[in-house]
Order: sequence, then structure tokens, then C-alpha cells
Amino acid sequence: MLDLLANAIVSGLLLGGFYAAVTVGLSISFGMLDIVNIAHPAFVLLGSFIAYGANAAWGLDPILAGIVFAPLFFLLGGGIHRIYDASFARRGEESLRGLAFFFGVLFITEVSLVLVFGADYRLVETPYSSASLTVGVIGIPLRLLVPFLVSLAMITGIQLALDHSFLGRAIKAVAQDPLALRLMAADPVRIKEIAFALSIATASVAGALLIVIAPVEPSLGRDYIGRVFAISVLGGMGSLQGTLLAGLIIGVAESVTATFYGPSWSPAVSFGVLLLVLALRPAGLLGR
Amino acid sequence: MRATGFWLALAAIIVAALAMTELVANQYYYFAFYVVLQYVVLATAWNILGGYTGYVNFGSAGFFALGAYTAIVAIKLFAAPLPALILAGGVVSGLVGLATGYLTLRLRGTFFAIATLALAVVLQTLVINWDFVGGSRGVYTMRPAVPVLFDSYIKLLFVTMLLLALAAIAASRFIERSWIGRGLAAIRDNEQAAACSGVPTLRLKLFATTLSGFLMGAAGAPFPLYVTYLDPSSAFSLAYAVNSIAMPLIGGTTSWVGPVIGALLLATAQQVVTVTISSAANLLIVGLLLVGFVILAPEGIVGLWRRLARGRRA
Amino acid sequence: MTGAPILEIDALTKRFGGFIALNAVSLAIGEGERVGLIGPNGSGKSTLVNCIAGVLRPESGRIRFAGSDIGDLAPFQRTRAGIARSFQIPQPFASMSVIENLCIPLEYAGAGWKRRHGDIRAAAREILADCGLAAKAEALPASLTQIELRKLELARAVAAHPRLLIADEAMAGLSSAEVEEVLSLLFALSARGITIVMIEHIMHAVMRFSQRIVVLDAGRKIAEGKPDDIVRDPAAERAYLGE
Repeated sequence: MLDLLANAIVSGLLLGGFYAAVTVGLSISFGMLDIVNIAHPAFVLLGSFIAYGANAAWGLDPILAGIVFAPLFFLLGGGIHRIYDASFARRGEESLRGLAFFFGVLFITEVSLVLVFGADYRLVETPYSSASLTVGVIGIPLRLLVPFLVSLAMITGIQLALDHSFLGRAIKAVAQDPLALRLMAADPVRIKEIAFALSIATASVAGALLIVIAPVEPSLGRDYIGRVFAISVLGGMGSLQGTLLAGLIIGVAESVTATFYGPSWSPAVSFGVLLLVLALRPAGLLGR
Repeated sequence: MRATGFWLALAAIIVAALAMTELVANQYYYFAFYVVLQYVVLATAWNILGGYTGYVNFGSAGFFALGAYTAIVAIKLFAAPLPALILAGGVVSGLVGLATGYLTLRLRGTFFAIATLALAVVLQTLVINWDFVGGSRGVYTMRPAVPVLFDSYIKLLFVTMLLLALAAIAASRFIERSWIGRGLAAIRDNEQAAACSGVPTLRLKLFATTLSGFLMGAAGAPFPLYVTYLDPSSAFSLAYAVNSIAMPLIGGTTSWVGPVIGALLLATAQQVVTVTISSAANLLIVGLLLVGFVILAPEGIVGLWRRLARGRRA
Repeated sequence: MTGAPILEIDALTKRFGGFIALNAVSLAIGEGERVGLIGPNGSGKSTLVNCIAGVLRPESGRIRFAGSDIGDLAPFQRTRAGIARSFQIPQPFASMSVIENLCIPLEYAGAGWKRRHGDIRAAAREILADCGLAAKAEALPASLTQIELRKLELARAVAAHPRLLIADEAMAGLSSAEVEEVLSLLFALSARGITIVMIEHIMHAVMRFSQRIVVLDAGRKIAEGKPDDIVRDPAAERAYLGE
């Protein structure tokens, strides 16, 4: 029993780190830019399928593919932000129509994936797919460990970039005081565009990590909507350390639930946590 | 529309529908119209909270499926008749809407929207794990052998859904023109200014959420009898979520007419497309239309029509 | 003070994280008074208004309106009790015409809100006429000029039949002729018995309008008294001009 629990916790932590990497994009777009991009998980799935395609066609390691294609995702994110900004942000109608816009984008992305790749599960084979380390009674599958390490690297990298570059500080500033930013000769809209593009670029890497962990199919994105928002909200929007911590918590909660109550309950865990957090901790969220 | 004109039109529609059940024997039409009318109810219900009040509900599928599964429970436990099913489905969904609203409507609209999405998934997970209603395997429902009033059960379902749709439209129109509707519009336009003008914002939002949930649940209640085999993935289908948002946004959100036009156009088109192309392509088109309209024609078809009418008058 | 206090603020403190926006501010306003509230930017004036309106919850302190503690009342309840405020940046209901904008507070905050809609529209028209907006009754807010939007803000606050009206920087950015218009409107409202608190930076308007001036700086009340006394008050001068 204890062995089972220990293993569940460890794989939960590894998975949680990965969840945090999936969420980091949303922490930027929702936490810092106040853009409710509920389509983010669909972009992650897009990343997964592109990594799958690169692996199937050229034998490229999926994680490498994720990094290689990140610039493309960056451009895609920039383009989407242009449309969003021109259509909604300027008109001040962000709430209803902005949400509907991203919902439509989520939908279009998922259905396009189904049309192109079909609804079946796709997987990749890497040299480390089936290998695992053993530490005492705990088995650490490499297909969880490697994505975990890459996730940590990505989150740390972004945190450092935000803290130590002009661009990074501008991004942190733009949410709080666009006027001051303008006075510093930086265009708030451009800064937001770059930040949003960055958030979509993370989806490329996160998607590649996803398909390394487990086979994917297009509708998986919907399971992740709850996870990413739960982690974002729990972690205190916009804080990357908070995102990581919250990711680990959710990962462990899901893993323990799945181990002892069955995997069919795990989607409810993150969504349930989200509902609880929204219901019980409004003081931190009200009036933003 | 003047009041008398409206009620006359409703009466005429009911008469025409009853005449149709006498004259048209091809069952396919009743199956098809049922779906269209179901979407009229869903779109109209969504719009009360979405278009009138400005709060987006992503979890329409959850409320719809809740109505369907409440009906299944009622049939299994009490062999309840159709009107009781509709009432039960509506009441349960309405109460869940009320509870969700109470927990999350004090927050920003975006958090409410995400909470509705979360609710749909939680409900689906609960249903999948509940064997009494079939779990993920699904459940079969028998239609009563001797249909009441009509010679086939599907005709009864068609007329029932028609009455439900007309009731939803009438309710929506009544609210729109009443002091409640004006209060909801104030909340939508500027919630803080509305509160400072004396509008009881939380109470009105809860009312809208409850009514919207009630109508969606009522629309879902006859569904098990319509499909006879129901499983969670079809009950909680994303098609319901995206359609109940797309139809009002494409038709026009500020009036009761918009969701009706959107539902009639889109649902009919989807019936055609699903048969001729594939159902995945069909959903893709809905998604594209949604995004297209939201960006280019945010006031929907009703808004475009009004602008045209104003242009011609000038 | 001309009458019993209609608004009593008792040691009100409001914090945003580590920043203290209001520091134990106490204030009493008599019924029918014309009070000016001034202070440099960031002194806490808007925070005070938001606390009175119920939009913000103070950390400590009490607010009494017409003798009762209103601390637990939601904003809409405070409006119904008789407190109205206009917003610094006009917040009209964008999808409704000017007259419809007024129908909202008339319907929800004015006395007898079950009246027939026709009666409500007639009442709205009267208020529009008083505020000089009668010609724009059917116009949408998007087509109004700045001064018209400010008047709409005040008209909407008046439509709530308040006993206390807080005008938050209603004159900011207006020409001197337009300032005169708003000023005479406020004088007319005061003549009807409405207690008015004017928050402004336009000194000559504040001096002419107020029977009493309260000065805030960095979250504290630093001076209070008749306009002529405040002008000579060294603390007030320091707050505005620095040492």
C-alpha cells in the first residue's frame, strides 16, 4: 500500500511539473495579459501532433521537434493576438466576444486535428520511451522524468528571461501600467503581442512533452482546460513559481486519485479543485 | 413585434404543427425538426444569460445532459410521464445553475465562464462513474408502447419540443421587454454602474442563471426517449456547447429573435451537412462561422438587418 | 453644519496589500450641506468614495448613513438607501439611449419602482430637461460630447432620488463655460435639499460651491473648515505645493 502511495506521489510530482509547463503559457496570457485564452490546450495538442508528424516523417526526437517548431508557434501566437487586439481589445468588448472567439479557436483547432489526423490515438517511440530508473521501491519512468526536467528548464528559463531582460520587465509592467510603459518608449500593444506569442510558443514544447508521456488524441485538450485553469488560479495568476507549485499539487492529487479510485475519476480532480478554489477563495480573485 | 401579432403567430405555428402531424407520415421530418427545435430552446436559454446579461456559459452540454440523466433516473424509479420528466429535468438543472451561480457570480465574468466548463466536466465524470444510469456503457430507454394523442411517439416528442421552444421564446421575449430585461442589460453594459444605480446585480444574475439552466435541462429531458440509447459522450457532446454559443452570436444577442434565427439556420444547415459531408466537418464550419461572426459581425444577423433597414431609410 | 449629520465616517481605514489608502479618516456631513473634498492625486479621495458607495470594503472603521450603519449593505442597497455617486470617468450604459440610461435608476432606486414604464419615462424626461439634456433623449452615449456625458452621469445619479450625491471630479477637463454649467446644476440640486459632496481639483469651483472643505493627503484628513480658512491653512498649502 505504501509502495503504491509512494509511486503515485512520485509520478504525480513528475506529471505535475509537466502540467506546470503546459500552464506557463496561460500564466502569461491570462495571468499577466488578462487574455482568457481557453484555446491554449488546443495549441498544446497541435504541438503534440506536429511533434508526432516530425517523428513519423523524419525520425526527429519529439522534444527536439517541439523546440524547433516553437518559432512557428511564436508567429502563430503573434498573428492571433493581432486579430484579438484589433477585434476586441480596442472595442473594449473583451469579455463576451473575446471568450467566444477563443472558444471558437479551440474548437476549430481540435476539429481540424481530427480531420487531418483522425480521432485515433497517436504515439511516438523514443529511445527512452520504455526505460525507467528504480530507486528503492519507486519506479521512475524516463518518459515522465525527461519531460519533467525539460519542463523545469523551460519554466526556469522563462522566469530568468522575465526578470533579467528589458523585454521581460516590460511584459511584467504592461499589465500594471501601460501608460508608464508608453512613456518609456515601449509600445504596450507590441509588448503584449510578444508576450502572447511567447505563451503560444511554450505550447509547442509542452505538446511535444505530452506525446512523450502518453499517446494523444485531439479531444485530450478539453481535459487540460480544467487542469491549466485550476493550476493558474491556484498558483496565483502570473506567478511562475506559483504555477509550478500548483502544478505539483494538482499532479499529485490526480495521481493519488487515479491510483486508489481509478483513472475515470481523474478529470474531475482538477476541475473540482478549480470549482472549490473559485468558490472558497474569492478574496484573492475579486476586484481584479 | 406587437403583442397580439406575436401570440397570433405562436398560435398559428402550433396549429400548423398539429396539421403537419396529421398530414405528413414520413417520420424523418419529425426527427429532424426535433433537433432544430431543441437548439432553439438551448440557444434561447443561453442568450438569457449570455446575450442579455453578458455572462458566457461554456457548459450548456452539462445542463442539457443533466436534464437527460434526471429523466433517466425518473423513468427508472417512477416510470414518470413526459411532462413530469421535463419538469424534473428543468428543476434539477435550474437548481444546479443556481448553485453554480451562487458560488461564482460574485467573481468576474471570465471566472464564471470557466466554472461552467468545469461543471460540465465534473458532471460528466460523475455520470460516467454512476452505474445506475449506465455509466460509460450507456443506457437504453423504452418509448411507451401506446403513444398518447398521436399515432407515433416521435410526433409526440416533436410537438412537445415545439411547445417547449415556443415557451422559451415567449419567456425570453417577456424578460427582454420587462424591467428585468432592462436590469440585465444594465449589468451587461456596466455592472458597477448598474449596482450604483440600484440594480440588485447578484439577484438578477442568479435569476438569469437559474432560468437558463432550467430551460436547458427541460430541453434535455425528452432526449433519452428521442435517442432511446444514451451514453455520456453523446449527452455531453461538445456540439451542444459550441452550438448554444454560436447560434445566438450569429443570430444576434440583444434580442429574442437572434437565437431563434441562429438556431433555425445553423441547425437546419447542420442536418444537411452531416448527411452530405461528415459530422466533423460540420462542427468545423460552425466553429469558423462563430469566429467569423464574432470578429466581423458582432451584432449578428439581427444587427446586420437593422443596419440595412436604417441604411435604406436614409 | 446645517442639520443632523446624514453621513458619519468613523476612523475609516482601507489597505491595498501594504499600501494604506485611507488612514483612520473621520468625517461628518450634515444634511443639506455642500461639502468640497480636495487633495492631491493619490490622497485617497476616490477610495473614500468607493468605500461609501460599497464598492470597496474597509479594513476597519464605520460608515453611518442617516443614523444606521451601512457597512453590510451592498452597493445597490446603499443607492436605494439614498446615496448616489457619479463616476470620475463617465460610465454610461452604452447600448441604451440617454433616456433609457435614466430609466434604470428610476426603476431600481427611485421611490415606487413598480410604476408603469410610461410614468418612468416621463419622470426621466423631466430630469433630462433639468440637466439640459432634453434634446439628446434618444441619442446613444457614444454620440455625446464630453460635457454631455458628464451631465448624463449626474442626471443618472439624480434619477436615483438620492439624499446624498457624491460628484466625483465631474468637471475634470471641461472648459470654463462648461464648468459653470455643471456648477449651476449642482447648485440647483443643492437648493432642492440634496446633500452634495464635490470632489474636484478645480479650485475656484470648489471655493464657490462649498460651505465646508475637507482636505485629504496621503490617506489622512489634514484640514477641514470654511473655504476662506482652508485657503490660509499651512497644512493644506504644503499638501498641494510641497515644502
